[in-house]
Amino acid sequence: MTSENKSKKAPYTIPIGPTHPALKEPILFTFRINGEVVEEVDFAPGKAHRGIEWMGMRRNPVQIVHLTDRICGICGVSHTFAFARAIEQIVGIDVPDRAHYIRTILAEFERIQSHLLWAGVAAHELGFDTLFNLAWRVREESMDLIELLTGNRVNYAIVQVGGVRRDIEEEKFARIKEGLRYYESLIDKLLKLFLHDKTINMRCRDCGLLTYDAALKLCTVGPTTRASGVRADVRLDSPYAAYGELNFDYVMPDLYTGETRGDVYDRIVVRLLEVAQSVDLIRQCMKQMPEGETLWETKMPKLLAACKKAEGEAVGRVEAPRGECLHYVRMNKSDSPYMWKVKASTYSNQLSWLEMLKGEQIADIPIIVASIDPCMSCTDRVAVVRDGKPDIYSKEYLHRLSVEKTRRLMND
Amino acid sequence: MSLLPTMAEVLRQITKKPATNLFPAKYLPKSITGFLGKVSEGKAEINPPVITPENYRGKITYDRDACIGCKICMRVCPANAIEFIKETKTVRIYVTQCIFCSQCNDACPVQCLHMSSDFMLADEDRYSENLIVE
Repeated sequence: MTSENKSKKAPYTIPIGPTHPALKEPILFTFRINGEVVEEVDFAPGKAHRGIEWMGMRRNPVQIVHLTDRICGICGVSHTFAFARAIEQIVGIDVPDRAHYIRTILAEFERIQSHLLWAGVAAHELGFDTLFNLAWRVREESMDLIELLTGNRVNYAIVQVGGVRRDIEEEKFARIKEGLRYYESLIDKLLKLFLHDKTINMRCRDCGLLTYDAALKLCTVGPTTRASGVRADVRLDSPYAAYGELNFDYVMPDLYTGETRGDVYDRIVVRLLEVAQSVDLIRQCMKQMPEGETLWETKMPKLLAACKKAEGEAVGRVEAPRGECLHYVRMNKSDSPYMWKVKASTYSNQLSWLEMLKGEQIADIPIIVASIDPCMSCTDRVAVVRDGKPDIYSKEYLHRLSVEKTRRLMND
Repeated sequence: MSLLPTMAEVLRQITKKPATNLFPAKYLPKSITGFLGKVSEGKAEINPPVITPENYRGKITYDRDACIGCKICMRVCPANAIEFIKETKTVRIYVTQCIFCSQCNDACPVQCLHMSSDFMLADEDRYSENLIVE
């Protein structure tokens, strides 16, 4: 902070966080505020670093698969899925078709529950707790279905390197269809309650704008980018699992409202419409699902031996509910990966806050911050500590390190 | 556009049962142990815990006699919650460390590990008898 900011005249500097009731997860915002208007924003992530990658690099792929479940409490399938895809590419595993479909079904159920959870949180951030309770009540159906299919509500532990650990038996189809019918009958009501409400319109329309150009420039992903009119979705851009065989299209806000503005309202539209799309995708999967095995190798020692022999690097990309989730893995003929890097969707989306919050009012900060569906614990991969104090690696410092390393390598 | 589209839904909810799971007691008892005592005497009624689904992954069970001491479960355990006992060639599982993934169940060649539906595992001592399976 410069001395100018400490003066008692406007603009004021207001820190919000690292822990604050308006934020669901630890992050530090610094706002320069003039009256009620936000003039400038800065934020410092890295407050929830847990060292998951460090843990992973001391474990074998079969262990890491269940560790990745814990990266995010909401996208339990996406992270395991992305990691398993990376390992499968390195080892050269041919995943059975049925496993592809089961993975797809679970990923879509996860999208339903994640988007409904977000819708509830958004309503809560607007101070509309009735709608929050309502959204979370209907979310419970998808949680129950996930519990039925995987065994647990939150940490599914269903994806395994080379397939899935549990099959979806024929007798469970009836229960799944019942759940899908529930959401199909509900979606119109949800759209009405969220999008035709006068308060929500007043609070969300033209609030937290992210233009098409800014969304492209900042490399935003997922519903955040689609709400700004960018046609990007990993499921369609580079199809994986069963998505290549399914019939669906990008969910854009103009499908419902006829225009794309890139505001918070559009983000609600995209997420709610994606709930309907996920229901349709699960229906398609259940219709097309082939018979067969669900695992490439059921014997654990054989799978571990295959992973140990593998050498190479790969990137696993998955469209998580919040956007693209990316895992980079490098295997070097040893039990544990030589390198494992996780990039959660919020990492790509968080810079859009700077754009969105500029010129907005203090009261709109919570909903704008929540509008990208941030997940800080998934994002925080690094925390720099020097002499017991938090520190920052600047771009210049990293550049210097990189130049020094190149020189070292050339001298060797 | 309407002012309160939620109103109808809220009014409808009044006639419905609560969506949340019920607490064990209808009202918070003055003393929990006293309440549990009354329940065992049959004087008070307790709301049963939520039913777990089929194939739920709760507290682990271990069949020591069937175990062959192959250590495969230890190799796949993400939490390193399994310890090998050299003398008896069996394993010891620390439930406080277990992350309930049931990977060891899948890996076990003689099926001596299983997941029960027991999930009420809170304890003040992390090494209490209830939380160590051997």
